[in-house]
Amino acid sequence: MPLWTFYGLRQGKASTRWPADGDDGQAGALGMPRFHSGKCQDGCRECADVCLPGAITIRSDARDSNGTRLDVDYGRCVACQMCVEHCPTGAFTGSSDWAFGVRRREDLVWAQAAASPEGKTLRGEIRRIFGRSLHVRHVDAGSCNGCESELQALNNPFYNLHRLGIFFTPSPRFADLLLVTGPVTYAMRGPLQEAHRAMPDPHLVMAIGTCAVSGGTNGGGHACGRGVEEVLPVDIYLPGCPPNPAAIIHALLLLLQRMPQRVSGGRLKEEADHA
Amino acid sequence: MTGKDPALSDQFLTRDSVIRDVPAWDLEPRCRAAVTAGARVQFAYAWFPETVSETSSEVGGSNEPVAAQAPELRYVIHTAPDPVPEIWRCQPGALRPPSLAAIAPLISWYEREITDLCGLAFEDQPQPEPLVLLPGAHAERPPLQPGIAPPLTYTPRPHSLPELAGSAHRDVQLLPFGPIRADVFESAQFTFFYIGEAILHYQPQLFFKYRGTEKRFEGVAPDLGVVLSERVSAVGSVAHALAYSQALESAARCEVPPRAEWLRALLAELERLYNHLHYLGHLAHTTTLKVGEAEGKYLEELAKQMNAEATGSRFLRNLVCPGGLRREPWLTEVAGSLRKIESEFGRYGEMLESTSTHLDRLITTGMLSKQLAFDLGATGPIERASGVDRDPRRDQPYGIYRELPLHVAVREGCDARARQQVRIAEAQNSIELIRAVLEGLPTGPIHVPCRPSPHSEGIGWAESPRGSVYYAVHVNARGRLARVKIKSPSFSNWRVFPYTVHDSKMMDYAINEASFGLTVAGCAR
Repeated sequence: MPLWTFYGLRQGKASTRWPADGDDGQAGALGMPRFHSGKCQDGCRECADVCLPGAITIRSDARDSNGTRLDVDYGRCVACQMCVEHCPTGAFTGSSDWAFGVRRREDLVWAQAAASPEGKTLRGEIRRIFGRSLHVRHVDAGSCNGCESELQALNNPFYNLHRLGIFFTPSPRFADLLLVTGPVTYAMRGPLQEAHRAMPDPHLVMAIGTCAVSGGTNGGGHACGRGVEEVLPVDIYLPGCPPNPAAIIHALLLLLQRMPQRVSGGRLKEEADHA
Repeated sequence: MTGKDPALSDQFLTRDSVIRDVPAWDLEPRCRAAVTAGARVQFAYAWFPETVSETSSEVGGSNEPVAAQAPELRYVIHTAPDPVPEIWRCQPGALRPPSLAAIAPLISWYEREITDLCGLAFEDQPQPEPLVLLPGAHAERPPLQPGIAPPLTYTPRPHSLPELAGSAHRDVQLLPFGPIRADVFESAQFTFFYIGEAILHYQPQLFFKYRGTEKRFEGVAPDLGVVLSERVSAVGSVAHALAYSQALESAARCEVPPRAEWLRALLAELERLYNHLHYLGHLAHTTTLKVGEAEGKYLEELAKQMNAEATGSRFLRNLVCPGGLRREPWLTEVAGSLRKIESEFGRYGEMLESTSTHLDRLITTGMLSKQLAFDLGATGPIERASGVDRDPRRDQPYGIYRELPLHVAVREGCDARARQQVRIAEAQNSIELIRAVLEGLPTGPIHVPCRPSPHSEGIGWAESPRGSVYYAVHVNARGRLARVKIKSPSFSNWRVFPYTVHDSKMMDYAINEASFGLTVAGCAR
C-alpha cells in the first residue's frame, strides 16, 4: 500500500488547468462540420442523402432570398463527417468546433444571420443559488454508452471535475441538475420522470449528446422518443456524439454562467463575427 | 470449409460461411450431434425474407417485392478448428419450432428475443416470458416485420420473480436496485434476494435501454449503415463497424486492400487498449485502491487522447467502412503516445498484480467454471479467464491477424483475478500489435467499392475488447439493408454473469461486475 502512495506522488499532478489556461485535451478531435453556404451548389443533394440522422434537409433546389437552400440542424448532427466526405464543392468542412452547449434549441439551427449572439440570460439567479457548487444526477435514458464513457472521464485525474466545484450525487434528492443522455426509450420515460419529480426546487435539466437533444440516430421508431424535450423542460442542450469531456465541462460552466455561450445560429460566435 | 460433403444438395457456400437447410424436425437431433462434437451455437435470429416476384423489382416499379409473413430462422454454429461458421436455415412455416435451450442453453435468450421481435414462439421453451420487451410492453405487430413498426404500448408491470416458501422465507430480503443506479452508470435493474451478506438469487433486467437498433438498419444504404453500427455500443465502435463491414464485404465478395486491413487491425487494438485500461482502473475502484483507480483512468484518458489525435474521434469512429477505410488516419503521434502509455503501463500492471489487499478481493470472486463459460456462451476475456482457449482473431482469422504477433491470453483461475490477468496480458499484446502495424504498414489504396448485389447476404465477425461481435446482413431487392442482426459480446456475457452471482456475497458484487466489463447498450441494443 505505501508503494502506491509513493507511486501516486511520483506521478505528480495530472490535472489540466483548463478552462483557466492550459490544455483542453482535445487535440485532433473533430467536432461538428462547418457549413459554408456560399459554396453550396444549386440542385445538389449529396449531403442530405448521406445524413443518417437527418440533420441536413434541402429546403429548395435553388437559393432563397437569404441565399440558402439547406437547413442544417446541429441538434441532430452526430459528427459522422459523411457530409464533409460527400460534398463535391467543399460547402461542408471538418472542424474542431465541439463547444456546442446552448440555452435555446434554436441556436443549434444554422441561420444566415446569426441572431442575438449572446443568447438570453434566462435565469439571472442561477449563479446566486448554486454559487460555485453544483450537484448533478445523471440518468441514462437509452444511450449507446458513449456519453457515459465521457461523463465517467470527467472524474479522471486529467479533467478532475471536482476542482470546478461540480459533483455527481447518487440521489436526485440532492441534485441541482438532472443530466440526461439517450433518446428516452419507452421503458426509461417513467423512471426519468420519477427522478425529475424527486428533485428539489430550483433545479435544471441538461440534455447531453445528440440522442438526448433530438433523438439522434435511433430517435423515433417503435422503441424510443426523440429526446428529452418531449418529456421534460430542458435548460441546456449539448449535442455531440458523444460530446467530449471538455464540451461537457463547457456546457456545465455555461449553465453556471461561468463561461459564455459560444454557438449561436448554428455556428461559433468567432466564426459568425468573421463571416 | 473442410469436412463438408460438397455432394450434399442441402447446402451452399458463401465466401465466409456454409449455409445448410435444416427442416424443423431435424433441428434437435442435429443440434445435439453438433454440441456433442464440441461445436458452439454462436447465435440465432429470425428475419422475414422477401418473396421475389417474377416481374421487375426495380425502384419505382409497380411490383414491389413483398416480405414473407412467416419468419425464417437462422442458427450460426462454429466448430473449432473450422475457420468458417455453418449456418442452419430453417423455415418453420406454420409449425412451432422446437426450443433448443435444453441442448445448448445459451440459445435460450436468442429464442426469447425472436419471440419478442419476430412473433415466433418455440415449443417447450423453458422460460417463455418476454426478454427484450419489458413486462407490460406490447407490440401491435412484430417489430422486426418489414415496414413501419408502431410504437410499443407500455403499462409497467412488476417482473415475475421466484416465489419464496418454507419456514425461513421471512428472513430473505429483497432488494430491487435500478434502473437508475448510483453514480454514472448505464440503466439496468437488478433484483437481489439475500440473507445478511449472502445472495441467494440475482435477477437482472437489462432491456430498459432497448432502442430498436436492428430495426433502424432496415432500408438504409449499406454505406451509411456503418454510422449506425458505430453507435450500438460506443466503447466497441471499431469492432461493431468492422464486423458490419466484413459482413457486407462477404455479401459483395469484396476484397479489402492490404493497407486498409493493416490499419483496421491498428484501430481494433487501439480500442482494446483503452477499454482494458478502463476496466483495470474500474476494478481498482471497486476494491478501493484509489491510486490504482486514478492511474488506470489516467492511462485510459491518455489512450483516448491518442485516439483523437490519430482519427479525430476519441472512440475511433468514422474510419472503418464497407470496402476498407473512409480516409487515412494521422499516425505521426501514435508511436510517441504509445511509448508513454507503455512505459507507465508496465509498472502499473505489475503493481496491480502484486498488491495483496487488491488481490485478496479478486481471488475466488465471481467464479465461472470452464464448462459453464463454454455452455452459456461466455466470450472474450471472460471465457479466456475460465480456461476456454478461443479467440476469433486466431481461430477464425480475419484481416491481417495471421501476420501479426498475436498472443491469446488464457488463464485457468476462473475468478476476477484471472480476468484482470487476461486484460493486462491483452493490453500488453495490443501495444505490441499496434507497434507491429506501424512498422509493417504497406502502402497502397485504402478503399475499394463494396456493392452487395440484391438479395445477397453475408456474415462478419470481430473480436471486440469484450468478446466476439457478429453481424449477419441481408440485402433487399434495391441493394439496401433488409435485416441486420447484431450479436454483441455483452448479450453473451450478461447471460452468464448471474450464475457467478448466485450464492456469492453482497460485498463482492461490485467487484465481480467490474471484472466482467459489461455494457448494457450492447446487450439491449
